[in-house]
Amino acid sequence: MDQLAGPAGAGPCLFLTKGGLLLENKTAAVSMRGITKTFGSVVANNNVDLDIYKGEILSLLGENGSGKTTLMNMLSGIYFPDEGQILIDGKPVTISSPKEAFDFGIGMIHQHFKLVDVFTAVENIVLGLKEEGKLDLEKAAKRVQDICDNYGFDVDPKKKIYDMSVSEKQTVEIVKVLYRGADILILDEPTAVLTPQETDKLFAVLRNMKDDGKAVVIITHKLHEVEVLSDRVAVLRKGENIGQLITKETNAQEMTNMMVGREVTLNINRPEPLFSSPRIRIEGLNVKSDDGVMKLKDVSFTANAGEILGIAGISGCGQKELLEAIAGLQDVESGSITYISDDGSREELIGMDPQKIADKGVALSFVPEDRLGMGLVASMDLADNMMLRSFRSGKSMLTDRKAPRALAEQIVHDLEISTPDINTPVRKLSGGNVQKVLVGREIASAPTVLLSAYVVRGLDINSSYTIYDLLNQQKEKGVAVIFVGEDLDVLLELCDRILVLCDGRVSGIVDGPTADKHGVGMMMTSLGGDHMDGGEMHE
Amino acid sequence: MFDIATFLSRAVVQSIPLLLGCTGETISEKSGSLNLGIPGVMYVGGISGVIGAFLYEQSSGGNMNPVLAILIPMLACLIGSLLMGLLFSFLTITLRVNQNVTGLAMTTFGVGFGNFFGGSLIKLTGSDVPSIALSKTSHYFSKHLPFADDLGWVGKIFFSYGFLAYAAIAIAVITAFILKRTRTGLQIRAIGESPATADAAGINITKYKYLCVCIGCMIAGLGGLYYVMDYASGVWSNDAFGDRGWLAIALVIFTIWRPNIAIFASILFGGLYILYLFVPTGSNLAVKELYKMLPYIVTIIVLIITGMRNKRENQPPESLGLPYFREER
Amino acid sequence: MNNKEPLIHITRRADIGWKKAWVIRGAAIITALIISAIAVTLATGLDPFSVYGKMFEGAFGSPRKMWILGKEIAFLLCVSLALTPAFKMKFWNLGGEGQILIGALVTSAIMIYVGESLPNGALIPLMFIAAAGAGAIWAGIPAFFKAKWNTNETLFTLMMNYVAIQLVAYYIIIWEVPKGSGKVGIINQDSLAGWMPDLAGQKYLFVILLVALMTIGIHVYLKYSKHGYELTVVGESRNTARYVGIKVDSVIIRTLLLSGGMCGIVGWMMVSSTDHTITTTLAGGRGFMGIMVSWLAQFNPVAMIFASLLLVFMQRGAAEISTAFQLNQSFGDIITGIILFFLIGSEFFINYRIHMRHKEKEGTENV
Repeated sequence: MDQLAGPAGAGPCLFLTKGGLLLENKTAAVSMRGITKTFGSVVANNNVDLDIYKGEILSLLGENGSGKTTLMNMLSGIYFPDEGQILIDGKPVTISSPKEAFDFGIGMIHQHFKLVDVFTAVENIVLGLKEEGKLDLEKAAKRVQDICDNYGFDVDPKKKIYDMSVSEKQTVEIVKVLYRGADILILDEPTAVLTPQETDKLFAVLRNMKDDGKAVVIITHKLHEVEVLSDRVAVLRKGENIGQLITKETNAQEMTNMMVGREVTLNINRPEPLFSSPRIRIEGLNVKSDDGVMKLKDVSFTANAGEILGIAGISGCGQKELLEAIAGLQDVESGSITYISDDGSREELIGMDPQKIADKGVALSFVPEDRLGMGLVASMDLADNMMLRSFRSGKSMLTDRKAPRALAEQIVHDLEISTPDINTPVRKLSGGNVQKVLVGREIASAPTVLLSAYVVRGLDINSSYTIYDLLNQQKEKGVAVIFVGEDLDVLLELCDRILVLCDGRVSGIVDGPTADKHGVGMMMTSLGGDHMDGGEMHE
Repeated sequence: MFDIATFLSRAVVQSIPLLLGCTGETISEKSGSLNLGIPGVMYVGGISGVIGAFLYEQSSGGNMNPVLAILIPMLACLIGSLLMGLLFSFLTITLRVNQNVTGLAMTTFGVGFGNFFGGSLIKLTGSDVPSIALSKTSHYFSKHLPFADDLGWVGKIFFSYGFLAYAAIAIAVITAFILKRTRTGLQIRAIGESPATADAAGINITKYKYLCVCIGCMIAGLGGLYYVMDYASGVWSNDAFGDRGWLAIALVIFTIWRPNIAIFASILFGGLYILYLFVPTGSNLAVKELYKMLPYIVTIIVLIITGMRNKRENQPPESLGLPYFREER
Repeated sequence: MNNKEPLIHITRRADIGWKKAWVIRGAAIITALIISAIAVTLATGLDPFSVYGKMFEGAFGSPRKMWILGKEIAFLLCVSLALTPAFKMKFWNLGGEGQILIGALVTSAIMIYVGESLPNGALIPLMFIAAAGAGAIWAGIPAFFKAKWNTNETLFTLMMNYVAIQLVAYYIIIWEVPKGSGKVGIINQDSLAGWMPDLAGQKYLFVILLVALMTIGIHVYLKYSKHGYELTVVGESRNTARYVGIKVDSVIIRTLLLSGGMCGIVGWMMVSSTDHTITTTLAGGRGFMGIMVSWLAQFNPVAMIFASLLLVFMQRGAAEISTAFQLNQSFGDIITGIILFFLIGSEFFINYRIHMRHKEKEGTENV
């Protein structure tokens, strides 16, 4: 067991003292020793040691940018370490490509699924395999079915990926890895896109795999998942392994402190709403996608000034279309979206593009889900990105460069954005800073309505709290904030009311302070099963 | 009198360079490489074959071995096109430079290369006309089945072509089969759709991309060879190959990346290409020039229609034209 | 470390100074010239120094040659400028050839049909406007379909070239003088109607000055105007453009009208100022060469002047040596091709950095 007394024994030693019992009959399937990886001037991993055991579920916990994914990508052959050594079953190995990783039985399920959209499930699963004989998709489909039956999956091998839900796609990814006979499974934030029910199902499957003697690593920043699922947890901070703990011997507060590096409070502020006059009223909204699928069906609700209205739902069940319809970016089949200003005058927004909406004096801001693909231009610098909202001002044919520069300077200062200067292209900033630039610009125009989609996705705890504070400030100024979220815990803590969407329909609206998580989860997956249905929708 | 059998057989002869170019480009595009250098490659393929044939005709002094007479030009053509393929691959796959710009530069270079060596050979032969005739070699290339002449119009339409024409159809059918039905085809298509996925699945992206571009170029190069040796009866004259390379690229979209459909589509285009010769216009030569517009106008219409239909399977490979860099962050 | 680590490791560069970038490009050109010299020697057995000497002479050898060089640079530069706004919008306008030709065709038509009845003061501006309009329409058609139905513009614009060529071929037969010659001949040789007048005694000065003005204009348009900002946003992300209320369709069409219009103006310049006739090969590949000039210059109009100079010098020089050493005219294309390959390839070294295995540490330190 010399790898346990390896060069930097801190991690394993801590583990030994705390959980010596567990170790008795287990061997390290994978050991990483002194792993360092840099990208340009950024150190993603610094001298990391980590052990992964068979028949065990390990949580890799850390904030965004702490180097969890990079570390695992070196096991799956995507990146190659600058320094350090990887051992499999005690033997030093080199993993320089995903193929070699497979040969060592390592399979990784990436956060962004690596699937070919126009292929069927089974085509994706057999892709890249060096099997003898000619391609026999029927035989492969049968084997896929066997694996599904064995672990309790449900997947149609002949279905095209582009027809699948997110959770189905994830299942295909997992089956793909099992089909290759992987013994070591790495899952990168697998629950980010799942409902509570789907998450439970996934965890059950993972436990089956553990009982089957496989090693499972789950990358996450959600503490409750660590608690319910894993046997052991390793915490990464700023690219370094801070320590390894036995899950049942620790608690959420200890893990958070390790993750963030200082004492943090885990409560999100929720000031009492000061105003409550209707601001946006939506009635009977129907939206069809380009390929003719109904994305929103008869959606009606009211968003009030001075409150945060949360929108919950499985990803892709109409949130994007709803926000884009309000923002004037989505063609609408029927229904109405009425803007009610403070003096009571009304404006119908349907049929207007964003420019027209602004011309009518409706101060509407929108933080879209795809920050660099929609909200900002990745290759432009901060100042030019500020100009996106203001470049039309003035009668001159030429653009005014001064005002946006001043605004950029101010936002960098106010929101403590870390950037070399305002001439830096935004794609070079970290995720949290990109989001601050976008939110900062959208707030700067003094909106009366603020639409936001997955506004803290990919952000670390500190940045997330900064954003929550900004939203609360807007709420206190009397802005109608619409907050599309994916983390139910956050929705329940932050929002005054939560509208639940299911397959393009409103399945109910609940009060934030009193709502119960499991109930909301049920509403996300089934319609009409809730006591709140109807009444409040029409006030 | 409109002679349908003659028209059809001429259309088929016209179609073969288009078909070869289209099949080659399809292979390349399926693996994610949009090779706009194909017109240049076809020139290089053609002139390389001409140089090979020229050298052999000169050195053999009249006693030509039929096998060598075919093999030498063919090998020369394949090597020439392969080198062009390697150049494109190196620049766009290894060095990850913009594919469109590289392709355009290759076409400039390839057409110049063809015309330069064509011109030099013409000067060497000291001929009075600005062309070089390799009728002996062409004789072997255009030899058709002996019984074709006895079969009347059937023979004319189906059996009156040189062996490269049948090879082109066979190549198209085989390519279609490989792309659709085999493990290799699945991997190539995966690379064209999503190289990151293919990479994560353990497929050697660089190897497949190089192979697809190079094989694609070699097949397209044969189109140039067929044009000189069979269609033009061994006569090389500068710029005669014209814009067929571009039409071949347009055909790829028309055939929604399916070489088996390309067999018929290229005959259609071949027919449009020569229609002006068959339309009675009397002494009005100017109108013939307008008829020559047909293949381009039809291509444009086809582009518009293919752009309008939205079926997922009929779209271009998703990563077409994009370089792949694994460690992109 | 163990020995299976990849020998060469490539990473993307954070940023490279423009000085370093131009050093790399300069090195690429010099390498290309050396390779070309070797190719010349191998192919012809000539001394490369005398060949390059001759090329230099061909480009700069006399005032007349200098003026021709200037005019050729002006033409190529103007095409490159024309293509740049479309290019920056990520619209591949491969139809420069056709847009030039159609501008030239309209110019010729006006010279032939109304040349005798209008004074030059009215005729030449009329030709200018008509040529710009024709070029704009020729580019506007594919732009319209791109905007409405996302039709593949690369091939559409390319096919428009051939439609234009056939249209010109048609009118050449109608206008040919003498009948059956297949040539239009010099138009209005006696009346000089529609011929651009000399400026300060120089035939090409007007054209050169006009293109210089257009260079400044396009520079300002791209960098400082609202239109320029809009088309950059559309090029980077159509979604972002929609998000801020930019009308993507009309920006695409508007930009291509500008692009095609400027190409049409090149056609006007060529017919009115230099050629005074029309052929199907009038555009001479400038539509394609312009794309490479624009790309090599990274859309920077000032850098385009140098890129055009380089390519025109190579072509003029190559033309000179092909007459002097009795080589084929296409020799220039081969040399141009070689230089382009090296310049294109050099972009890799500007965007990426290579680490050799044993130098790994140094490499990461000086990023």
